[in-house]
Amino acid sequence: MKLSHLKVGQTGTIVAFTDLEMSVKLMEMGCLPGEMVEVERFAPFGDPMAIRVAGYQLCLRKSEASVIIIQ
Amino acid sequence: MNLRIALVGNPNTGKSTLFNRLTGLNQKIGNFPGITVDKKLGYAKLNNGKQIELIDLPGTYSLYPKSADEGIVFQVLADHKNSSHPDVVVLVVDASNLKRNMLLYSQVADLGIPMVLALNMVDLSDKQGVKIDANALATKLGVQVIPISARNNVGIHLLKQAIENTSIATQVKEVDVNFLAPDAINAVKKRINSDNDYFALQVLHQHEHLKFFTESEQADIEQIEKSHHFESSKIQAAETIARYKHLSGILSSVVTENEQIQKFSFSDKLDTVLTHKIWGFAIFLLILFIVFNAIFAWSSYPMAWIESGFGWITETGHNYLPAGMLTDLLLDGVIAGLGGIFVFIPQIAILFAFISILEDTGYMARVTFMMDKVMSKVGLNGKSVVPMIGGLACAVPSIMAARNIENWKDRMITIMVTPLISCSARLPVYILLISLIIPSKTIFGIISLQGLALMIMYLISFVAAIVVAWVMKIIIKSKEKSYFIMELPVYRMPRWKNVFYTMFEKSKTFVFEAGKVIIAISIILWVMASFAPGNRFEKIDAKYVSTLSDTTKNLTHTKTLIASEKLENSYVGILGHAIEPAIRPLGYDWKIGIGLITSFAAREAFVGTMATIYSVDGGEGDQATISQRMKASVNSKTGLPVYTFATGISLMLFYAFAMQCMSTVAVVYRETKGWKWPVIQLTYMTAMAYIAALIAYQLLK
Repeated sequence: MKLSHLKVGQTGTIVAFTDLEMSVKLMEMGCLPGEMVEVERFAPFGDPMAIRVAGYQLCLRKSEASVIIIQ
Repeated sequence: MNLRIALVGNPNTGKSTLFNRLTGLNQKIGNFPGITVDKKLGYAKLNNGKQIELIDLPGTYSLYPKSADEGIVFQVLADHKNSSHPDVVVLVVDASNLKRNMLLYSQVADLGIPMVLALNMVDLSDKQGVKIDANALATKLGVQVIPISARNNVGIHLLKQAIENTSIATQVKEVDVNFLAPDAINAVKKRINSDNDYFALQVLHQHEHLKFFTESEQADIEQIEKSHHFESSKIQAAETIARYKHLSGILSSVVTENEQIQKFSFSDKLDTVLTHKIWGFAIFLLILFIVFNAIFAWSSYPMAWIESGFGWITETGHNYLPAGMLTDLLLDGVIAGLGGIFVFIPQIAILFAFISILEDTGYMARVTFMMDKVMSKVGLNGKSVVPMIGGLACAVPSIMAARNIENWKDRMITIMVTPLISCSARLPVYILLISLIIPSKTIFGIISLQGLALMIMYLISFVAAIVVAWVMKIIIKSKEKSYFIMELPVYRMPRWKNVFYTMFEKSKTFVFEAGKVIIAISIILWVMASFAPGNRFEKIDAKYVSTLSDTTKNLTHTKTLIASEKLENSYVGILGHAIEPAIRPLGYDWKIGIGLITSFAAREAFVGTMATIYSVDGGEGDQATISQRMKASVNSKTGLPVYTFATGISLMLFYAFAMQCMSTVAVVYRETKGWKWPVIQLTYMTAMAYIAALIAYQLLK
């Protein structure tokens, strides 16, 4: 399942990425395989989204969240 | 030579607060050669009295850059010959989010530069129940680890001591990266004479962007990359995973976290309101209104003081200095130019006070979060909202505010369209022209036609800015990939010292950088308006000599007539006549032509110029007379009135779109560090103004 498909309040564990280049940036920001993520909220127009990961709040566009595969 | 110290760290780690804490006001903005990134430099004294030079490098999450700003960090750290290369790196990390912050430490440590680790915000992490054993961490890393709180002035003395004690690199190697691409790394090490595996690996990744290699070195590195099938992204991913794995091992025995404490409850509660579908926008609009009102209304008092102050200097100067060309140049050229620079300071200072508060509290990140979807559609950024609203008051501070937009393309587009927003300098021009062509009537009993016309002018400016932004989104090509992966920092109280430093530093930068261009243009405009070819001025003086000698009459009107005639005969007047064929299709005569030229100093100069040209004794203060004279003026060839409805609309559209503001040109030059963008902007805006005015006049006449 993709991270972008989660609803507010749902959690998941990162298992893989579908885009190599994007994965480097995401990992630098703490989105590592094995990390728990929780969807905190969506922006008023539905995009981007804010997630809780590695002890802080990160926001990213849905298109970027869709490369993160979660369980 | 001074010891050179670089501050390196993630964004939002309090790096700038530490910088301000160490340097105070003893800081300046410099340039990194060849790139459009500001270099923040400052000086401080160590405990032993030794002077150090501090560089605040742009915040970054890793040595692999996402933007030009971030790219500087590796450029400076990698190149020993770089004039900014530090002797010691102070790596600043946010103690409350240690693991992610330590990735950058781990990369920088492996470059083998002497370093100190500053654990910032330890007071905050303590409160959150995160306990860090600094001594244990220091033993594991092999560097001095100093817990500090830059905001509350804790541990700064110890940090200075640690810098004093650091002269060689003592850190334990973090990750042996050689396994990632052994053959390529060894080949590069041999070619560039380095014994550092990690440096060689970074060079393989980034050499295209590094300026310090010779062409043959570049070619050879490229060759090595190709022949060993170096897969940049894959290797970067593997490196990042290896580093985090190593860090987890180190941190697990050093950090103890008390899970019981709810860390983010306050920030979360604020977020539910501040990014709410309705309340979020309502609060944002309210904040924008306060900001706009502040730069529009509050700044009017200090601006009036500055204006009258410079007016007083000019007047006093004319009374006491010997009359002559040099005095005129000094007072009417240079002092007037200086006045034109200083008058912007209140607006710049006020806007940046607000921006600094909004950034510091963490609210700006939420604005970007809320507005991203709408603004990205037209090529702008969530953060473009503030410069564009600020543009209603003045484009100059607003363009400087675009600095907060990290993405290069978004920032350029914001800078390019901000001057289209109708600023306060256009208001007097609109008011004069509207009073000429729109009847002062109300419809439906309450709506004033003139007010409606004014509102439409403001709406047009917004629509124009959005359309141009959208077109530029398609035209401008960017090498930078647009990411929107951004940290939403926890809400905090603003640091008033930072607010003050920002106000001071932005005003100073404007005065010294944009000021040069403004002074130069004011002198040129003064020369053009004060001189005429041949002996034209002498003839005018001779003509009025007898009238002036009659001291029994009131001479004010005669003096006004002389000024008016001189302006017409000066180089500006001649230029006004010369461009008449070009502006006739827009419905303008040479008098308007002169107004357009003098407006380049500032748009509101149009009103003053009209007062001079139409020989209004009261100058620009006497609007009623100006408007009366303009209404009465007829075209010398056709005998028809000049200011028809068509001409008025055409002229207002011209003022709405044209880049008639040398201060904006100067500030765009300063912000983009070159003439390319200001020239493009000047060209496209003038073309747009001309075409819009042409179409309006031809349709309406």
